[in-house]
Amino acid sequence: MKPAPFTYHAPTTLDSAIALLTELAPLDGRVLAGGQSLVPAMAFRLARPAHLIDINNIAALGHVTAEAGTLSIGACVRHAAFHRRVVDGPLGYLLSDVVSHIAHYPIRIRGTFCGSLAHADPASEWCLVAATLGATIVARNASATRKIAAEDYFRGALTTALEANELITEVRLPLLPDDSKTGFYEFSRRAGDFALAMAAITYRLEEGVISSPRIGIGGIEAYPRRLINAEAELSGHSPSSTLFARAAEKAAAAVDPTEDKHAAANYRRDLARTVVLRALERSIAC
Amino acid sequence: MLDKTRITLDINGRRYAIEVEPRWTLADAIREECGLTGTHLGCEHGVCGSCTILLDDEPVRSCLMFAVQAANRKIRTVEGLSDGPTLHPLQQSFVENHAIQCGFCTPGFLMLAIGILEREPDISEEKLIDLLSSNLCRCTGYENIVKAVTAAAKRMRTGS
Repeated sequence: MKPAPFTYHAPTTLDSAIALLTELAPLDGRVLAGGQSLVPAMAFRLARPAHLIDINNIAALGHVTAEAGTLSIGACVRHAAFHRRVVDGPLGYLLSDVVSHIAHYPIRIRGTFCGSLAHADPASEWCLVAATLGATIVARNASATRKIAAEDYFRGALTTALEANELITEVRLPLLPDDSKTGFYEFSRRAGDFALAMAAITYRLEEGVISSPRIGIGGIEAYPRRLINAEAELSGHSPSSTLFARAAEKAAAAVDPTEDKHAAANYRRDLARTVVLRALERSIAC
Repeated sequence: MLDKTRITLDINGRRYAIEVEPRWTLADAIREECGLTGTHLGCEHGVCGSCTILLDDEPVRSCLMFAVQAANRKIRTVEGLSDGPTLHPLQQSFVENHAIQCGFCTPGFLMLAIGILEREPDISEEKLIDLLSSNLCRCTGYENIVKAVTAAAKRMRTGS
C-alpha cells in the first residue's frame, strides 16, 4: 500500500514541463495533477511510474475563462472550483450541478477537471460532460499543440487519443445559449461511489419546441458518448412525459452496456433508461 | 532511487525540517518523520478519510498527496485543535454526543468537520450529512457524529 520509488520533478513553467515530459515519457514518466486517481493506483502498485512530473506549481494552468462562446478550463483547475458557478447561464449551472456528484468533498479539493479527462474513467462525470457538450481537448507536446474533439478523444476505458508525450493544457467547453435547458442524473449505490450509470442532457427550448438536443450517457459503456437516435426523438417536439419516456426507451435500446461484478448488462440497460428519463425530467424542473 | 529530499513541513504553526523520499505520502511523513500520530491511516487509497488533514485550511486526504508537494504549505492536524488540556468545542461536542467509539476515524472526522464549519458556519444539516459522507466510521452509525458536528456548529456560531 505504499507507492513504488520514483523520481520527482516539479517544473514551474509549462515549457519546462513539456521538455521534461518529452524526455521522460519514454522512460515511463507520467504527469501528476490532482493525483486523486493516480496516487491510489500507485498505492496499489497498479501504476509504477519511474518519474512524476508535478504540474501543480505552474501558475499558468490555473485559469477558468469564458470568452468568444467558450469556457476554457486550465489543467490545474480543481473540481471544487465548480461548486460556485464559474460562468453565468446554463453551462455554469450544469457544471455546479454535476460537480457535487464527483467523489467526496476532500477529493474535489485536489482532483482536477483536466486530470479526469486524461484518466478517462468510464464513470467520470467530467468525461460525460465533455462528450455530451462536444468539448475540445487541447494537448501540447514539444513540437505542436493539438486540438482533439471529444468524439475522437475517448477510445476505451482509461484509454484516450492522448499521446504519452502530450500534456492537456486546457479543455474547452462551448457556452450554452441562454434558452438552453440542462439535466444531469447519476445512479450510484452510495454517495460518492463510482456511477453505475449517468446521463447529461442539454437542448434549446424556443417557443416551447426542443432544438439542438444532446443526450450523453456515462458509466454504462467503456466511455461516454452521445445517443443520436434518442436525441432525434426530441427534436421539434415540446417537452412532455410521453416524449421523454420515448427518448429514454431509445436510449436503453441504443446502449451496449459493460458487464462487470458491479452490474449485469441488462441491469445497466435498465439504468440507462432510468437515468436518461430522470435527467430529462430535471431539465424542465430548472 | 531512494534519494531523499530535504523539505520543511509547517504543521500546526511549527516547522519540521525533515528528509523524505518522493514516494512518501504526506500522511506517512506527518506520522513517521514529524511524530504526529494523531493523523490515522486506514485504507491508504483515499476511501476512508481517516487521514484527512487541513492543507491551507481545506480538508484533503493526506494519503493522496506526496510529502514533497506539501512543503511550506500550511498544514493543520488533530494535534492542533485543543488549547493545552482544553478541548476544541468540536472535540468537546464529540465527547458529549458519544460520537466516538473506537476512535480510529475521529481525527479524520474532526479535521473534515473543522474544514467545513470554518468555511460555512451556517451549513444546513442536509448539506452537512452529504459532506460528512466523505469519511467512514464503522462504529457509530454516523448519527452521533452528525449530532456532534451540528451541536458544535451552533456552539461555535454563538461563541458559547
